[in-house]
Amino acid sequence: METSTVVVSVFLFSIIALVFMPIMTWVERKQSALMQDRIGANRAEIFGIRAIGLIHPVTDAIKMFTKEDVIPTGANRFLHAICPFIAVVPAIVSFAVIPYGGSYTAWGSSWSLVVADLDYGVLYIFAIGSIAAYGSILAGWAGNNNWGMLGSIRVAAQMLSYEVSMGISVVGLFMIYGTLRLTDIGVAQQETFRLLGFVEHFGWATAGTAWVDFIKIPLWGAILQPLPMFIFLAAILAENKRPPFDTPEGESEIVAGYFIEYSGMKFGLFTAGELVEVVVISALMAALFLGGWSIPYLPETAIIGGLSELFGPNLANVLAMIIAVHVFFAKVLALIFFQMLIRWSLPRFRYDQVMNLGWKILLPLSIANIVVTGFVILLVAEITG
Amino acid sequence: MAEYAGLGLFLLLGSGLVALFLVLTSVLGPKLRFAEKQEPFECGEHPIVSPYQRFNVKFYMVAVSFIIFDVEMVFLYPWAVVFKGLAWYGFVGMLIFLSVLTIGLAYEWMKGGLDWN
Repeated sequence: METSTVVVSVFLFSIIALVFMPIMTWVERKQSALMQDRIGANRAEIFGIRAIGLIHPVTDAIKMFTKEDVIPTGANRFLHAICPFIAVVPAIVSFAVIPYGGSYTAWGSSWSLVVADLDYGVLYIFAIGSIAAYGSILAGWAGNNNWGMLGSIRVAAQMLSYEVSMGISVVGLFMIYGTLRLTDIGVAQQETFRLLGFVEHFGWATAGTAWVDFIKIPLWGAILQPLPMFIFLAAILAENKRPPFDTPEGESEIVAGYFIEYSGMKFGLFTAGELVEVVVISALMAALFLGGWSIPYLPETAIIGGLSELFGPNLANVLAMIIAVHVFFAKVLALIFFQMLIRWSLPRFRYDQVMNLGWKILLPLSIANIVVTGFVILLVAEITG
Repeated sequence: MAEYAGLGLFLLLGSGLVALFLVLTSVLGPKLRFAEKQEPFECGEHPIVSPYQRFNVKFYMVAVSFIIFDVEMVFLYPWAVVFKGLAWYGFVGMLIFLSVLTIGLAYEWMKGGLDWN
């Protein structure tokens, strides 16, 4: 194994496990407090240091580790023990194909900021995401509990329903970019296209006219496929089972749904899994639709070229890498904020509304999108020859 | 195979961390067990019915529809990647395939297979 792969993997893993996993609980508390005009959790302290509530995740962890691990009578002990594992590990592992930067060469060694650059990257994420569903379904089934069983049936139906529209909605994107590899999609999104380019084509202006070149638009997924972006976001939020799609948990109707019989850190792992998945959703949305690690109108080659004149090529590559990582995680943080906004704004859907949205609205729309996208791509190809 | 090295390392790190959590929580917590506490939660009552019972047939409909459309998805992905090369030929071919499935969806919809009342 190459050193760069190890460093890239360990770096990303420590960001997820040591930064996002604990701090997401803090983000959730503080943002709900912000939105509801409260102060939020800030009482936990270590030697008088409160650090605006950042100590709370630590106390949470200590509390959960020291709680009794209750396994109900009649439960399937093996499945009960292994379900938190199945629910969390896929969420962490699906980060492996998401690029958080491009490829850089400094002092003779090349660095590609993705753990595993698989050519079927998106398919891998969907496949791994489906495994996480087993964690929830079996968790409710294993507990020998009526509420848990109801939650487990609801999880199964909801996740199956939304997986279809989630998978089909992004097909248009792959038709445009012609790849499933997330690094290639990231590179493709750094390009721009001229909105008025057709004027030149029809001979209404000579090539190189200033006003034709003036309006350029980045080739982001969000601009090329705006409707699928919302379909995908809605479907993947439903996959994550957080409010407003939390019918499988439904505290007020089926108490806690599929993880009702869990206590201690096993319970904590289900929550952690959901919160890590919030980060996965943000990272995937950023990589597919919001340009990945790129800054609009500033392609990476331009950044490296400009910095090379100032600092030389090696240092320029390192600086460009740092910029890319920051840009990517800034987008991820913005999307996490957005997801928390949704979570704390909308009330829970009724179960028939959830199913109707998935099968009657999102699925027909995403199929129609494939047809329209294909037609437009071929029409543009015909016109421009 | 080189690109799978990072994936393997990531899987190892992730499952190691979660396994450590699971072991720690079962070791560190107190162990006071008695029959009433070990009972499955039923809002304070003794559970009298088994959770493993028959459930609504609509969930079965969802499962069947899911299999159909998930297989469709599997066909769509490779087609989407080579779409520009196939051009109109591939487009019309997929249009026929999609219309068959869409008619199926419309039929299910009309028959009430997607209604939850």
